[in-house]
Amino acid sequence: MTTLLEVRDLAKTFDVSAPWLNRVIERQPRLFVHAVDGVSFSIERGTTLALVGESGCGKSTVARLLVGLYAPTRGEVQFDGQPTHAGRDAGELRALRRRMQMIFQDPYASLNPRWKVLDIVGEPLREHGLVPGVDALRARVSELLLSVGLDAADCEKFPHQFSGGQRQRISIARALATQPEFLVCDEPTSALDVSVQAQVLNIMKDLQKSRGLTYLFISHNLAVVRHVADRVGVMYLGRLVEVAAKAELFSQPRHPYTRMLLDAIPDIHMSGRARTPVQGEVPNPLNPPAGCAFHPRCPHANERCASERPALLAFQGIEVACHAVAEGRI
Amino acid sequence: MNTPLLEVKHLRVEFPLRRGTLLALDDISFDIAPGEILGVVGESGAGKSLTGAAIIGLLEPPGRIAGGEILLAGRRIDNLPYEEMRKIRGRQIGAIFQDPLTSLNPLYTIGRQLTETIQTHLPVGAEEAHQRAIRLLQETGIPAAEQRFDQYPHQFSGGMRQRVVIALALAAEPKLIVADEPTTALDVSIQAQIISLLKRLCKDHGAAVMLVTHDMGVIAETCDRVAVLYAGRVAEIGPVGEVIHRPSHPYTSGLMGSIPAMDEDRERLLQIDGAMPRLNAIPRGCAFNPRCPQVMARCREERPELRDAGATRAACWLVEDKAQQP
Amino acid sequence: MSTPAAAPGRLARWLDSDVWHSFRQSPMAMLAAVIAALCVFCSVFAPWVSPHNPFDLATLNLSDARLPPAWMEGGSRTFLLGTDDQGRDILSALFYGARLSLAVGLASVLLSLVVGVSLGLLSGFAGGAVDAFIMRVCDVMLSFPSILVALLINGVARAMFPQAPESLALGVLILAIALTGWVQYARTVRGSTLVERHKEYVQAARVIGVAPLRIMLRHVLPNVLGPVLVLATIQVAAAIITEATLSFLGVGVPPTSPSLGTLIRVGNDFLFSGEWWITIFPGAMLVLIALSVNLLGDWLRDALNPRLR
Repeated sequence: MTTLLEVRDLAKTFDVSAPWLNRVIERQPRLFVHAVDGVSFSIERGTTLALVGESGCGKSTVARLLVGLYAPTRGEVQFDGQPTHAGRDAGELRALRRRMQMIFQDPYASLNPRWKVLDIVGEPLREHGLVPGVDALRARVSELLLSVGLDAADCEKFPHQFSGGQRQRISIARALATQPEFLVCDEPTSALDVSVQAQVLNIMKDLQKSRGLTYLFISHNLAVVRHVADRVGVMYLGRLVEVAAKAELFSQPRHPYTRMLLDAIPDIHMSGRARTPVQGEVPNPLNPPAGCAFHPRCPHANERCASERPALLAFQGIEVACHAVAEGRI
Repeated sequence: MNTPLLEVKHLRVEFPLRRGTLLALDDISFDIAPGEILGVVGESGAGKSLTGAAIIGLLEPPGRIAGGEILLAGRRIDNLPYEEMRKIRGRQIGAIFQDPLTSLNPLYTIGRQLTETIQTHLPVGAEEAHQRAIRLLQETGIPAAEQRFDQYPHQFSGGMRQRVVIALALAAEPKLIVADEPTTALDVSIQAQIISLLKRLCKDHGAAVMLVTHDMGVIAETCDRVAVLYAGRVAEIGPVGEVIHRPSHPYTSGLMGSIPAMDEDRERLLQIDGAMPRLNAIPRGCAFNPRCPQVMARCREERPELRDAGATRAACWLVEDKAQQP
Repeated sequence: MSTPAAAPGRLARWLDSDVWHSFRQSPMAMLAAVIAALCVFCSVFAPWVSPHNPFDLATLNLSDARLPPAWMEGGSRTFLLGTDDQGRDILSALFYGARLSLAVGLASVLLSLVVGVSLGLLSGFAGGAVDAFIMRVCDVMLSFPSILVALLINGVARAMFPQAPESLALGVLILAIALTGWVQYARTVRGSTLVERHKEYVQAARVIGVAPLRIMLRHVLPNVLGPVLVLATIQVAAAIITEATLSFLGVGVPPTSPSLGTLIRVGNDFLFSGEWWITIFPGAMLVLIALSVNLLGDWLRDALNPRLR
């Protein structure tokens, strides 16, 4: 098992200050959002790492940092042993783009409504010069459409003629066009109905097996994550709080936030069990709590948690960022 | 035998468009007993939101009720003039919608919106209304209710706003609450809070709830009974435990099977091929027949009615066959 | 899974669309379209449609001057709408004049469209200082009345090139009108670009590695042109009227090839001596063209609004 992707201390800060004039007149300070605040993880080839968390935890930002839609404020991403951001020339970056692609959440906004499916799925092929002519393009696109369970004749149609689930398959076909090794999937099934979600998840699993793909799967839905992931990372306010193999995480969650999340989910098979009531809400990212970001809501927080930020430490085969766990209090 | 609080009988809702009339709800029937929580679940396009809208009387034109009856406590409400329906809405039926941001008027304080609702529907003075409003806010778990009374909606977070919306819905002591996807726009941890709140408050106030959602987990946690809608028709209806664990309709089993479970690992999720038919292309006979793994010739010709299938009622020819077997 | 039938052709799709249907349902739109089409036809084919050539000095005869329209006493059948003080047939002058007005109107709208859409796209896409700069230029331009700007440009051009040939004068006129109109396009397109830019299909193109210019032109541009179409239609009417105003003021087209505005000015002098036809008919033609194009634009805006999304 080789490590395909390695991320070290990745961070992204957005400047959300008011315009300069407003700041001068109203004497407002500059405002920053630390959307991703020092995240480190690695993904083995052929496996799926899921990043889980609620809205505002930064998981989508991590996805976009990996594929180059944002430039990181600090930190390093290594793909197959090569750094992806620093000191790369245009040619190398292009070659890299071929090897990692992305699938987006909204099936209605991720396809250009004015383009035919042939052009949409064929764009990466054209862009990277992977096919010699129009006929070869059409053949390759038909092949891709068939591999995701659509019809070859769908080449000539427009996105609005398809349902949400079918559009998401077109997105998958487009992402697979350059035969990438790594796919970043940003909530690919969150906007789909349950039965359609099942179809898309099954296809994604089949493709992973047949092509040896590596996935980074972003989701807020723990049940889906449980189905697709090999390892799971839980994020809260831009930080990773726990990373573990799927079985470990679901059977023995360590971090209080993970426990809270697992407890909170309404589940059709486990209804009626006793629940720990959940406290509070996710704090404002402009003003994160000092020390551990979760401490205001944590039933096990002490003074150290309020002042010192816990590091992500290896612990009994998993990684947890929690003082209480490290100290053995829970 | 108690009179049901809400009776929906053979409801039909259609949309006359230039390309022809679309039948969005086709012969929907169900009851809600006083104090009961009924879940209405289905995928996009099944018609669950429309059912809620038809009951509250807020169908968007050109949609209109084309047939059937809706009775609230024995009295017909589907054919009432606008003014009469307006009195019923709020006083007898409360509504909770999906987006808490747009459900509250951003220009008025939440206290004012609450007292206004209370005073419109109940014969109480301003002081009494104020007290009731504060009590409601406290009941819905909003801290420092006295101070927050005078705040504006934008000063609340999403979960808090939804609590205010629940308080608003309960303000006039309605007997029925129609909640359309009340937790879909909220974070997972807040969802759990809001669901348990809704359940508890409705029991305390003696209000029945019609909970419309696509999330089966929420249904499992909250509801007493559930109706599964498919292409504008009721596929199955019954007690929640039975429908989830021992469904009779193939669509219901397919739906339950395609939901990833938290307590077991499966290699592949159960998959129903195809997609729900569009309103202008509903198949003949049973609407589910093109996708049904147990389809028979009869399913393609005749549309099945809801019939008893053990603990639930399902609209499926298989049920009748089973019933006839010794 | 997906329907096996082939996708219908473009024409078939358009005929089935809500836009065409709303057109057929609106008598106003159909009438406006017919009138506009008629005017355009007559203008384009003016040399073949008009009974006389009013600008061919050889055919003019001063004895024919100031004849009233045919149905009035003293009028003659050869000059259906009467003649002006030089003996030119009003009807023919209308067609030739409309031709010039329409040509100037369309050309200036085309130019302002190209400039406005490009700047709007650039502004929306680049953001930051470029966006701020372009928007401030727009603000400045909007604070000047358009006629004033056109007058200024015209006056400066005349002062710089006093012996300019006719075609240059026409070009300057088109430029002057275009330069006052581009701001609307820029702002509209910028707004749409800002929305489209954040949509996921643009992000997908970036992930694929498509160059920003290509994304701008091939992905974003087709999706922001909708409102531009409506604007352009309405602006054609405005441009025609601006040209007429300028010609009326004497700073528009050269007097040797009069447009509708020039005709109106010429006829204005004769209005109170009783020869009303020299100014009224060109005025009516101008109103007809501007009104029908405007109505078409209104209908188009409503038809494109929620349906085509």
